[in-house]
Amino acid sequence: MMAPRLALLLALAGPALAEEAAPPGASACLGCHSPVRQNAAIPSLRGRDPVEIAAMLQAFREGKAPATVMDRLARGFDAAESRTIAAWVVR
Amino acid sequence: MKIARRALAGLVAAPVLARVARAQAAPAVVVIGGGFGGASCAQALRRHGLVVTLVEPNATYTACPFSNAVIAGLRSMEQQRFGYDGARAQGITVVHQAATGIDAAARQVTLGDGSRLAYDRLVLSPGIALRFDALEGYDEAAAATLPHAWQAGPQTELLHRQLEAMEDGGTVVMAVPANPYRCPPGPYERASLIAWYLKTKKPRSKLLVLDAKDSFSKQRLFEAGWAALYPGLLEYVPLSGGGRATGVDVAGRAVVTEFGSQAGAVVNVIPPQRAGAIAQMAGAADRSGWCPTDPTSFESRLLPGVHVIGDACIAGAMPKSAFSANAQARVCADAIALLLRGAPVPEPRLLNTCYSLVAPDYGISVAGVYRPAGGVLADIPGAGGISPLEAPPATRAAEAAYAEDWFETITADAFG
Repeated sequence: MMAPRLALLLALAGPALAEEAAPPGASACLGCHSPVRQNAAIPSLRGRDPVEIAAMLQAFREGKAPATVMDRLARGFDAAESRTIAAWVVR
Repeated sequence: MKIARRALAGLVAAPVLARVARAQAAPAVVVIGGGFGGASCAQALRRHGLVVTLVEPNATYTACPFSNAVIAGLRSMEQQRFGYDGARAQGITVVHQAATGIDAAARQVTLGDGSRLAYDRLVLSPGIALRFDALEGYDEAAAATLPHAWQAGPQTELLHRQLEAMEDGGTVVMAVPANPYRCPPGPYERASLIAWYLKTKKPRSKLLVLDAKDSFSKQRLFEAGWAALYPGLLEYVPLSGGGRATGVDVAGRAVVTEFGSQAGAVVNVIPPQRAGAIAQMAGAADRSGWCPTDPTSFESRLLPGVHVIGDACIAGAMPKSAFSANAQARVCADAIALLLRGAPVPEPRLLNTCYSLVAPDYGISVAGVYRPAGGVLADIPGAGGISPLEAPPATRAAEAAYAEDWFETITADAFG
């Protein structure tokens, strides 16, 4: 076990540099939706409206938006999970 | 849990000083293997502010996804090659050495030159090793005549050159292994693109696919595409039809089965596989040849403090794919960052999407969503699945375009 003082020091020192851990399922989105590439065929999600992204995920899940793979992937998450993912992927 | 950079701590004599040095040094993570899993994980660990060393013997990585298009003459080998300048630019220390040993108790990696690297956490992403003991007569020397082309590089170019040199009217023979192996739909994409090459360039030729199993990934989609595009050209022989290869006849350029032998002008033998050599040497692999891992953190079930990702790990329902390796790399990096802070690791969810080309403008896909269940990663019921069996050409063309776009994105993430 880590000594409490050591844990505190790390907790103070670590997050300044570190990004937060992704919520379940979110980080894999970036395997296709690049946050850095310009003019990609698969759109970037960075800077998008998280409410809009969550609504898209719901439409995919319910089969109400045209899709190739997103309908199949969106069905792995419920509405609350989709909102959490949407908030993370737009960072 | 010990957090120290051991190499540094070892230099400090007084216990109090050592403790201060440990607290101030960012934890050190060593990643072995610079493919899609390892290179992606190194980048993700670095984004967590950790000190990361990437151990990879080769200065250039040659990507397997899209290498079937190189074999069919649709793509240049140059488009498959990636370096590690992007990793260095992010502050990752890249060491071009082979890892030759792991001491999980001392938390040290031994390198080819005899030097040692200390770590707080180790990530193993060694990919696959080809089992040159599995098919009678098929060893590394035989692969110079009957290429496997299942680790991209000179073998990919060899198979491409052999197809180019073949006279019209020749027979190409492929041998496909039983599960599990790298890239489950890969052999069938390869069969498709070789068939496309033959149809376009050498239309009197034939392709014979000998398979050691009776069912395969995206089977109905592939078979529908083959019936539509390559009738009379591509013949598929499953296990139940005598398709399982038991060996090769190098001099006769033939694949040997229980029922006879099938000679070809070009013979592509994809042998059975296991986790990469360092996983075997370190004791991270079990009797299956692959590495059992915890599905939440990807920590090895055999070596504490060592995480295994990518093709080498046993990931339950998740296929051995570059997409899976990249997704596992991100989840594993998050888990390591949390573990090093002493924080709990929440249950992850993972995705996979694998595209295959049935023809240059005809893409199909399989997707899955996974969560830990019963100690392994399991499919989430109701999610995932394959492309629709009936779809207009525009849908197939869109998936072919998305496949290329995915490749650009994932290589930018791993190597950019």
